Amino acid sequence: MSKFRKKKKGMPAVNTASLPDIVFMLLFFFMVTTTMRETDLRIENPVLPSATEIKKLEDKSLVSTIYVGKSTDTNRDGVGYNKIQLNDKISTADQVPAFILAKRDKIAEKLVPFMTTSIKADRRSNVGTIIDIRLKLRDVNALKINYSSTPDAKN
Amino acid sequence: MARRENPEINAGSMADIAFLLLIFFLVTTTMNVDSGISKKLSEKPPQDYVPPIVKQKNIFEVSINRNNDLLVENEAMDVKNLKDAAIKFIDNGGGIGAPGEDGTAGQRCDYCKGEGLDTSSDHPNKAIISVQSDRGTEYGTYIKVQNELLRAYSELRNRLSKQRYNMSFDELEEAYDNAKNNADLKDQVETLQRRVEDIKKAYPQIISDMEPTS
Repeated sequence: MSKFRKKKKGMPAVNTASLPDIVFMLLFFFMVTTTMRETDLRIENPVLPSATEIKKLEDKSLVSTIYVGKSTDTNRDGVGYNKIQLNDKISTADQVPAFILAKRDKIAEKLVPFMTTSIKADRRSNVGTIIDIRLKLRDVNALKINYSSTPDAKN
Repeated sequence: MARRENPEINAGSMADIAFLLLIFFLVTTTMNVDSGISKKLSEKPPQDYVPPIVKQKNIFEVSINRNNDLLVENEAMDVKNLKDAAIKFIDNGGGIGAPGEDGTAGQRCDYCKGEGLDTSSDHPNKAIISVQSDRGTEYGTYIKVQNELLRAYSELRNRLSKQRYNMSFDELEEAYDNAKNNADLKDQVETLQRRVEDIKKAYPQIISDMEPTS
């Protein structure tokens, strides 16, 4: 029967209709996962302590972060887990007030009492360092602090 | 003989696969939200400040040495038992509470379920937990201790809140936050706020950090 004649076939083109989907997917993926980091870490990514009684930090623009941990460049900064990083430099506790005041300048005056200092310290660092920072923070009246820690299952 | 044909690849499901992947990543990636233990530091005391005298029985002493060992009320203790010891101390209710800000006389703690010992704290609002650590103490241990103490408080608050308002304190705070951000629930905000403050006042968190030993 010649009623069903075979269709004429040629070389089919690869269907690229889904290419946009893939590209959009990648775009969305990177949009979601990238976090804007204003500072480069000069210390090794700190292993945060874990805790159950934690609170989330609400407004990122009101948070200033102080890192404590081990320097990535031990030849320049020395060894040990007690290096303090402010902005993108390894500093000492004495520079904490200047750091806080510089942050405070950029914030509307009525929001200053809501500013929080987040201390991201490695769990192997020493309490002495944290206490030095805390005393300096108290000197400039930056009283709200948050000891950054990873959530832990309750009980 | 017929020419060999390439069958067309069906790409109709490609979009489905792409969406599946997109949804998978959307679900699994977590934006790193900053979270941690919040604390409020005390203000810098004036030069001539004389600290008030507190009865020894109202102070719960926790010290951590440089080997990360714990000494609680002059006895060695494991971190695991710290929460229960703190609850026992805070919830003792052995005496009269601090007088109110408006000058009302202090009262006995009528919601405490402790043993009422004479040697332990008078009232939750008088009970002070003092943490002393060494400069060489590991930060991880310090946070663990702080966390256990906060857990003691939240357990007590949850218990009282369940008893008074039939929901745990966590749920109460959540409901309050929810009501604050939702215009439809405006009429509930005030009640919830009063309840949250009531519980907070019943078990105030008084944890003080002492000067470190070095």
